[in-house]
Amino acid sequence: MNKMSAISDWILFFGFAIAVLTMPIWLAPFGANYPDLMQRFAIFGLFAIGFNILFGLTGYLSFGHAAFLGIGSYTAVWSFKLLTMNVLPAVMFSILMAGIFAFAIGFISLRRSGIYFSILTLAFAQMSYNLAYSVLTPITNGETGLQLTLADPRMIDAMAGIEATRTLPTTNLFGMKMSGMPGFYFCAAALIIGFFISIRIFRSPFGVMLRGIKSNQNRMAYTGLNTRPYLIWAFVISGMYAGAAGALMAVTDPLAGAERMQWTASGEVVLMTILGGAGTLVGPFLGASLIKYFENIFSAYNTTNLNQIFDFMPDSIQPYVVDIAGLFVGKGWHLTLGLLFMITVIFLPGGIMEGVRRIGLLFKRNKKNTVDAGGATPAANS
Amino acid sequence: MENVVLHVADVHKSFAGLHALSDIDLSVREGETHAIIGPNGAGKSTLLNVCIGRLRPDSGHVVFDGENLTGKQPHQINQLGVVRVFQTPEIFPELSLLENVMIPVLAKRDGAFKLSWFKRFSGELDARSKAEGILEDLGLGSLIGGEAGSLSRGDKRRLELAMGLAQEPRLLLLDEPTAGMARHDTNATIDLLKRIKARGMTKVIIEHDMHVVFSLADRITVLAGGRIICQGTPEEVKADPRVKEAYLGEEQV
Amino acid sequence: MDALLLQVLNGLDKGGAYALIALGLTLVFGTLGVVNFAHGALFMLGAFCAVTLEKILTISTKVKDESITFFDAYKEVPILEAKYPVVGGFIVDYSVPFSILVAIPVMLLIGLIMERGLIRHFYKRPHADQILVTFGLAIILQEIVKHYFGANPIPQSAPDIVSGSANIGAVFGLGDNLVYPWWRLIYLAFSLSIIGGVFAFLQFTTFGMVVRAGMQDREMVGLLGINIQRRFTIVFGLAAVVAGVAGVMYTPILPPDYHMGMDFLVLSFVVVVVGGMGSLGGAVLAGFLLGILQSFASMNEIKSVLPGIDQIIIYLVAVIVLLVRPRGLMGRKGIMED
Repeated sequence: MNKMSAISDWILFFGFAIAVLTMPIWLAPFGANYPDLMQRFAIFGLFAIGFNILFGLTGYLSFGHAAFLGIGSYTAVWSFKLLTMNVLPAVMFSILMAGIFAFAIGFISLRRSGIYFSILTLAFAQMSYNLAYSVLTPITNGETGLQLTLADPRMIDAMAGIEATRTLPTTNLFGMKMSGMPGFYFCAAALIIGFFISIRIFRSPFGVMLRGIKSNQNRMAYTGLNTRPYLIWAFVISGMYAGAAGALMAVTDPLAGAERMQWTASGEVVLMTILGGAGTLVGPFLGASLIKYFENIFSAYNTTNLNQIFDFMPDSIQPYVVDIAGLFVGKGWHLTLGLLFMITVIFLPGGIMEGVRRIGLLFKRNKKNTVDAGGATPAANS
Repeated sequence: MENVVLHVADVHKSFAGLHALSDIDLSVREGETHAIIGPNGAGKSTLLNVCIGRLRPDSGHVVFDGENLTGKQPHQINQLGVVRVFQTPEIFPELSLLENVMIPVLAKRDGAFKLSWFKRFSGELDARSKAEGILEDLGLGSLIGGEAGSLSRGDKRRLELAMGLAQEPRLLLLDEPTAGMARHDTNATIDLLKRIKARGMTKVIIEHDMHVVFSLADRITVLAGGRIICQGTPEEVKADPRVKEAYLGEEQV
Repeated sequence: MDALLLQVLNGLDKGGAYALIALGLTLVFGTLGVVNFAHGALFMLGAFCAVTLEKILTISTKVKDESITFFDAYKEVPILEAKYPVVGGFIVDYSVPFSILVAIPVMLLIGLIMERGLIRHFYKRPHADQILVTFGLAIILQEIVKHYFGANPIPQSAPDIVSGSANIGAVFGLGDNLVYPWWRLIYLAFSLSIIGGVFAFLQFTTFGMVVRAGMQDREMVGLLGINIQRRFTIVFGLAAVVAGVAGVMYTPILPPDYHMGMDFLVLSFVVVVVGGMGSLGGAVLAGFLLGILQSFASMNEIKSVLPGIDQIIIYLVAVIVLLVRPRGLMGRKGIMED
């Protein structure tokens, strides 16, 4: 049984890796196979997978994870400015920096649980956001956002004898340009590594302890377990994922702005996670991809498109339909997002994966009626 | 004096001016089964809560094997070997039975915190076989992969007992282990507790059921109104007039 | 000294708004046990009641501008004013105060619909679910407002008679150069009277007594056979009205835009937590306290010592309070710890 579950995890992992790496092929029919969008799938997938390690396993709802995303982006851009345009050090530094901040914030916030924890993380994220906009302008370049300039020192690059050019340099991985498809494959590799670590954590004693905390935190303490370090580690790990995601955003587009840290951005990653299914392995990635896909589609529409689409309608109702539909598309994409949020929480709190599981169960039951398939083990956390 | 494992010394505890415990002085000896009985509201559960660090006494202290438990965190007290089995089953409802019992096994083996995120939980074969053995022992072996939350109330209580035993406690505190159980289950539990006793585990039992108390206890402490009114062997307690008085109208001793 | 008094007044204003929003939040939390992230949106909707009414009242027509004599010039004048110069002009001028009359029934209706349609189904759900679903609702409401009113702030003006400043220096004997806008003083008085009204309502009516008892022990009140459900709906409506009128009256101070609700919500939540979850007095106290602290923190003298403190002071206080005194200034012990 142990070997079986290990094998099924490897199948899951390789299936995931292949699915991600072949996205350019199978996303083509959806018109979503261009690098920019696929990069976003990978980046936000990574962000959500990391968030899920905290929220999905321990049940602690953080409303401030966007702060770590922002910190990751700023660190990466600074690494580009000061050291080198190579992306590897940038990602490393970002993960490290996000981890340090996550430790500090988590150390304090995790002294409380429930809604108090949510409010504490929210307060810290708002502080980071406000400071990034105001007094930290020397580091964050305030409202304009942090950008590359021709005058950046790039010390390591300079030492390596890479000549400064007249145009802004591009991010690279040992010379390979990190825009377009190579950029996507880099993000995909990061996502796959992140997914692998997530599987390991889910299946480890550490992961089971985290689920124990979600299930009955008091009982954990009376079982001789100190829940605080477990929670802090979960918080730091998920913060590091967010830092990595932030770094990847800077890798594909080397600038960083404070709006990335706003609490609505934290809300978005919560939505991604619950939409896909909190506490499941692939759910958060599914949720993130779906949201980014729909964002892409819905934002592209405008009144002219809509008029064309609803052209078949009688003139008397067409303008009204267009007006209502217009609420949800283009700049109104956020409205759709809010609606999605509500629908998910109301009707499918377990997310898409829960829906899939229920449908699967339905089939299983039908089968069971005909052939008595014994020994059905609960398929937890697939 | 024999080898005293747990010493509750002069403990007072009051809630909003109400004395829940006063002048509690109690010694539990190594290897014995010590029952605490008393009418409802006598302060039994409060006393147990003080022992495991859930409540802090107003004054006095609790010493376990030379270590002062007062002011220690619950997980620290547990790591010293003091384990409590709760009256309302405190389990991990979303986790499987096996996981429910493996967590305490690992807590005993690895201590209060261990960051082992690269191992496989299901690959902890020693812990696993130990947990399976205990579940088997308590008649839960057939339900091992099921979700703990879906158990019947009686099975939940047995699962909790399994979780307590999984830690191989030096002192096991049992809060009404047979409350709400059918007679058949009660007898099974008594047998089980007798077997543990043979292994030399020290136990403190709070119990209403006098049948259970007199079949298990080596010594009995009787609480009433937050005070100890009598302490001694079952025979001594049976004979004590004050006990009869305290229980008057409650139960026949 | 003048500057200090000015900062206190500034803080009291802002604190008044915080207190009014936080009052509703904590009332809903204390009675219904629901964490409502859409409460800020109610404040925003109130403000847009004022905007809407003003828009309707000032539907304009072109009339000849008599002040220009060289050529025929036309200017836009509200129809109301053009037709009935005296009464119409008066109504347009007083559109913000009149908006309150509109906002009360509108907000009550919105509150009732929200409670019946959504909130009620979330009483028994975990707090995380409540937060998420109301967060979604808040986004929807603000996006709808954005769609119809645009993203830019829409300034509203106070009635002419109070658009100037009061010479409060003279009142306090501090010299003539200490002036303070009339409307802000009115807002302060307004928020105090609303707070007083809510407290009186809860203190002196049977309805209020039941609600207070419900805040103490919900199950108990349920056991008494009192139909707590209907009262909860009304409590929610009341909270919506309080947030709404707070929004209406705030429009001349802060031109409303679609995301003002979210901005105030986060702050109000912090206020509630600092005051103590479910404590009405705590919410009011913390609201004014944090308002004053914030306005002191934005003084140049303080900013020069602690740069950026004005941006984070409220959150910083919240963090400290939560760590040192988790139940807040006036909260009961243990509430929502699990």
